[in-house]
Amino acid sequence: MSEHTDGREPRLRPGGAPVGRAAFLGTVAVGLSSLVWGKAAWDRVSGVVSPVAGTLLPVLPTSGWRIYSIADTMPRFDPTTWRLRVDGLVAEPLELDYRKLRALPRVEQVSTFHCVTGWTVQNVHWAGVRIADVIEPAEPRSGARALRFVSAEHPYDDYLTLEQTTLPDVMLAYEMDGKPLSRGHGAPLRLIIPDMYGYKNVKWLERIELVRVDGSGYWENLGYDRDAWVGHSNGYST
Amino acid sequence: MTGYVRRFSRTERTFHWVNAVFFLILLATGLVLYLPSLEVAVGRRPLVKDIHFWSGVGWVVALLVVALAGNTRGLMRTARDIDRFDRDDLRWLARRRPAPQGRFNAGQKVNAALTAAFTVLFVASGLLLWFGERDTRLRFASTVVLHDGLAFAALALFVGHLYLAVIHPATRHALRGMTVGTVSEEWATRHHPKWEPD
Repeated sequence: MSEHTDGREPRLRPGGAPVGRAAFLGTVAVGLSSLVWGKAAWDRVSGVVSPVAGTLLPVLPTSGWRIYSIADTMPRFDPTTWRLRVDGLVAEPLELDYRKLRALPRVEQVSTFHCVTGWTVQNVHWAGVRIADVIEPAEPRSGARALRFVSAEHPYDDYLTLEQTTLPDVMLAYEMDGKPLSRGHGAPLRLIIPDMYGYKNVKWLERIELVRVDGSGYWENLGYDRDAWVGHSNGYST
Repeated sequence: MTGYVRRFSRTERTFHWVNAVFFLILLATGLVLYLPSLEVAVGRRPLVKDIHFWSGVGWVVALLVVALAGNTRGLMRTARDIDRFDRDDLRWLARRRPAPQGRFNAGQKVNAALTAAFTVLFVASGLLLWFGERDTRLRFASTVVLHDGLAFAALALFVGHLYLAVIHPATRHALRGMTVGTVSEEWATRHHPKWEPD
């Protein structure tokens, strides 16, 4: 085969060089090392890559959202029958329908949503109501120190202490990015607490129960941290 | 009237199609877990998650069973073929011609090496996702980035593979080698001149 050697050919031992295993091992090594740098790298480039990918393939979740649920079917919102119940340690248990909810003072905020599995959505525009505006009319008793947020997706629930609900940017959201909350995002109402991981941000709210102390919610019963501070819980430290 | 030569043994073909079937099951269930539109439409996330995870386990087990119960020695010899790149393979990758190829061309060798690496990485990151949900010591913020990124890389490789195996006129005859096991002698001589079939 001398007719196609031109002097610049690499010298290989007879039988060839183990390039296949080098490609295999190299790919495995790069992939495993990405467990260290993957998220930081993706956070840097996703702003450019995602819009391009979304233009090519509009079904891609270019905003970065994943839809997680724990039951067989997602709750379906019916504005005529939906109610938010506020009960527990209150003097006047109450039920809010969707019209009354929307009549409460409206607040808006832009905050970042962090999932404990590692994905993040920057600058989400939420609109909704402050928790105080929903529970004050029920006249919480003095012994009430925590809130249990119950999802229509049974048996999902989670707790915040009363103190945690007064942190900045904690709200009950009925709009996301200018549109009514979609089914996957917890229509018609979800809890938003940006300083904690997404599993505390209960979707499909149907009940707020005032209780004496906070307890373990759905994921906490499966070993997650009760206080899910972003970057300082669930094995993460920054 | 051209004759046929054997390119893939029964073990090799079984190995390939077991891999293909599990890949498609994992791709389908993975897309349901990943794409918001499908996730809302299908629901039943816990069930889909279980199917996805156990299919991943079944994938590895099935490949091991085929490799160990079938013609292991033949499979190892094929792996050696895929590992070794001679001078013509490097010319082939650099798009220089002529670059006469053996039983596998250099592109097929790269495809096989990457597919094997992706399998290892899919399994590793999948196990971390599954057990990380149960034990925070196994949770890394980048696991989901790796698993999703792999899915895109593997999908791109799969689409290219499908195109060459089913559509591209010069190469699609190779599909016959992976279904009935044999390819025409004339095609083999043209595309894989340095291959000496048994």
